Amino acid sequence: MAEPKTKYDRQLRIWGEQGQAALEKASICLLNCGPTGSETLKNLVLGGIGSITVIDGSKVEEGDLGNNFMVDESSVGQSKARSVCAFLQELNDAVKAKFIEEYPEALIETNPSFFSQFTLVIATQLVEDSMVKLDKICREANIMLIFARSYGLTGFVRISVKEHAVIESKPDHFLDDLRLNNPWPELRSFAEAIDLNVPDPVVHKHTPYVVILVKMADEWAKNHGGSLPSTREEKKEFKELIRARMRALDEDNYKEAMEASFKVFAPCGISSNLQRIINDSCADVDSNSADFWVMVAALKEFIEGTGEAPLEGSIPDMTSSTELYVTLQKIYQAKAEADFLVIQRHVRNILNRIGRDSDCISKTMIKSFCKNARKLTICRYRPLEDEFNSPVQPELQKYLTDEDYSSIAVGFYILLRAVDRFAANYNSFPGQFEGEMDEDISRLKTIAVGLLGDSGCNGSTLTEDLINDMCRYGAAELHAVAAFIGGIASQEVIKLITKQFVPMSGTFIFNGVDHKSQLLSL
Amino acid sequence: MAQSRSRDLDKLLLRHGHLVGPNFEPGPDLRDDLREYARVLVVGAGGLGCELLKDLALSGFRNLEVIDMDRIEVSNLNRQFLFRLGDVGKPKAEVAAKRVMERVAGVNIVPHFCRIEDKELDFYNDFSIIVLGLDSIEARSYINSVACGFLEYDSDDNPREETIKPMVDGGTEGFKGHARVIVPGVTPCFECTIWLFPPQVKFPLCTLAETPRTAAHCIEYAHLIKWDEVHSGKTFDPDNPEHMQWVYSEAVKRAELFGIPGVTYSLTQGVVKNIIPAIASTNAIISAACALETLKIASACSKTLSNYLTYNGVEGLHTKVTEFVKDKDCLVCGPGVLMEMAASVTLGEFITLLEDHPKLLLSRASVTHRGKNLYMQAPPVLEEMTRSNLDLPLFDLMDKVPKDVVHVTGTTSKSDKKTSSLRKLRVVFKGVDGVSDMDTAGGA
Ligand SMILES: [Zn+2]
Repeated sequence: MAEPKTKYDRQLRIWGEQGQAALEKASICLLNCGPTGSETLKNLVLGGIGSITVIDGSKVEEGDLGNNFMVDESSVGQSKARSVCAFLQELNDAVKAKFIEEYPEALIETNPSFFSQFTLVIATQLVEDSMVKLDKICREANIMLIFARSYGLTGFVRISVKEHAVIESKPDHFLDDLRLNNPWPELRSFAEAIDLNVPDPVVHKHTPYVVILVKMADEWAKNHGGSLPSTREEKKEFKELIRARMRALDEDNYKEAMEASFKVFAPCGISSNLQRIINDSCADVDSNSADFWVMVAALKEFIEGTGEAPLEGSIPDMTSSTELYVTLQKIYQAKAEADFLVIQRHVRNILNRIGRDSDCISKTMIKSFCKNARKLTICRYRPLEDEFNSPVQPELQKYLTDEDYSSIAVGFYILLRAVDRFAANYNSFPGQFEGEMDEDISRLKTIAVGLLGDSGCNGSTLTEDLINDMCRYGAAELHAVAAFIGGIASQEVIKLITKQFVPMSGTFIFNGVDHKSQLLSL
Repeated sequence: MAQSRSRDLDKLLLRHGHLVGPNFEPGPDLRDDLREYARVLVVGAGGLGCELLKDLALSGFRNLEVIDMDRIEVSNLNRQFLFRLGDVGKPKAEVAAKRVMERVAGVNIVPHFCRIEDKELDFYNDFSIIVLGLDSIEARSYINSVACGFLEYDSDDNPREETIKPMVDGGTEGFKGHARVIVPGVTPCFECTIWLFPPQVKFPLCTLAETPRTAAHCIEYAHLIKWDEVHSGKTFDPDNPEHMQWVYSEAVKRAELFGIPGVTYSLTQGVVKNIIPAIASTNAIISAACALETLKIASACSKTLSNYLTYNGVEGLHTKVTEFVKDKDCLVCGPGVLMEMAASVTLGEFITLLEDHPKLLLSRASVTHRGKNLYMQAPPVLEEMTRSNLDLPLFDLMDKVPKDVVHVTGTTSKSDKKTSSLRKLRVVFKGVDGVSDMDTAGGA
């Protein structure tokens, strides 16, 4: 129990104390604790998830010892859920771990309300029929759901949530918000007060590039009837003008200005992504709207007024004297604060209008929303039944005919569904038992081709090699594949619970043959 | 029928398949050979290493060894699942090996609690496959040079199959990672694609001293400049909490002086120790990919990754396979640097040549030929034993073969940082074909 801060140091650097707090509050339900489920949960328990409930009705068999690290010889014949749960508890005593010895399929059939107590359900190794039923239950109850399956050298991970809105999407590369081509009055007057022709060479080489670019963009606009460089030649010319101002080769600030000159050419206003979000019908809020959409509605009013998103307020490091840099930082922060106050006022007004307490969204939350306004992300997932009954046909066809990369992966997608139909018809998976291989291959082929036909696709794109190997797998749950699938699933769970970073979209199909895995948006 | 522990793996190892590797021969013999003869070394027993040992132990391998010089720390426990709070301070390799053996019957794991450089080259040659779970470029580079050092080429410059030592390498940072397969002489080695790991950018000292702007600048000022000013002669130890606390409070003072926000103790540790964020899930993904490729290389039960997989889970989920091509002039995995010289050149003169050779610039070199130490810089006992060789002609020391491969280890300086490196040389003696013929004739 000692020093949780030190213990979690390496992950706190990724999702911070807020993310950690969200994990520690979450309660997770795992269905089936074979290697896929156990490994998924292991990664979450190590990170300090709040509580886990392991559900599995089976007993540990000899064969489980070969693919599941969380059972051992002493547990053969005993409840698998108990055994896995005990090992997981050993990993982290801060986690509340319990188990229920029951088959998930039975629980889905007989006790659907059981699932509503959890933050998120991880359903592993379920067949199609149970998945569809569970999906309906969880959507109804607004419980996050993620499916994971390992099958031979393939498998999949699929999130199923009505809507997941991310404020802190934390993208790796995102253009900073400097407003070089659209400076507000305070930034403009700060730049105006600085002389680029200052005689002192030390001052000259410590003028931050933000100032250089604001002034030079201004100068350009004056000489070009108010417009900024737009053609390739003009952009080149603009860069040359910057270069001409360099007095010595070691003036890093001017080099940075040339490299950053594209920020002057960047279009003003908001991205098409953000435009889509503020145009979303959910932004017409009422008393039932989520806090996120109330803030989007406020953002929409702000953008309609100013044409821009609220300023982020942070600036990247750049060559500069300390004094100019710190002053510049304060100018950006002040503008961000002012923008935030406007949005906050909009939020309070909207809350009033829809009949909610005007202070029910915290200042910290609104602030974070403003800081990340340009990076907001909405993820929506189709109900599983819709995808199974009517996959997006052109997408499916596109993947099927892409010989180069995704043909194996999409083949696996079809075959993963085909093996469940096979199991429903013949009470075992193709190749699960010795001796009926040839018959199983032809049966699986018939089912797979039929499945493709139902979706309006041509079955001939499915290769004999793939069908053969799918039968060879015989529903084996290989440890390395399960660990991979479990790793992916736990990663997505972390993103869903912390509400940070962007969860995957579509269905992830693992291709363990050559690792050309694929996300299918069907 | 009694169920086999190998129930799931048997499907892959005992049955014929279509999407398989060359020379795949399924059957119980394959499974047994994997158990008995395949020997895998896991380099590193950290976040990746713990996962790798588990994954390999449950993938049909029974002869595993693991090497790691580190001891367990509290901050490892969020991902290195083989360690418990009570293990803090113990060697990682030993605890990891013990825990996996406790749970997976039949597996034997030999731990090595030492530096990778401490092992003889022969140690590495003993393994069928080397799997790397490291977080340092230097360590990867070293193991790569060792494994590529075993590679021999035939007279047509084609790699000799039996000398190929495959490597599987994984790496992670936060939500990102890579897994790759290196078959020396066939696919690019670590050095062929070294540009994938750009060197870390350091702050210019004048920024730290004169125009600090960020919290990190203030921290590095305290760490790199102020420390030496105040503690003359005493080296800074990043693992000493008092030292870290001192740097932190100095950084706070400097930040206050310049009006710079954001210095925290956590950031101070991060900047000074160059801490890479790490989580269990990414390590699990990358290790699993590495273990799966190791199984495929050893058994040919499936086609393999060719040859570089990247994973990025920051924005959605992106995996990508890239087929990099090898650099045929690579100093490490290529046929070797050609050195032509007269048969009269002594070993001492040869070592001097290495310092000046533009492709090598190797100082303090130790020289081995076919596993025999010709000259060793260290340890002192070996140095003394081999010192007398320095005055002998290299040609004589190499048993008068007209051309052969020689391995040299020494230090190279790259941008004022010294690194130990191993190089392969193809030594050809000028005009000795005739000489040796005459010798033979004369002796007859
Ligand atoms: Zn190479």
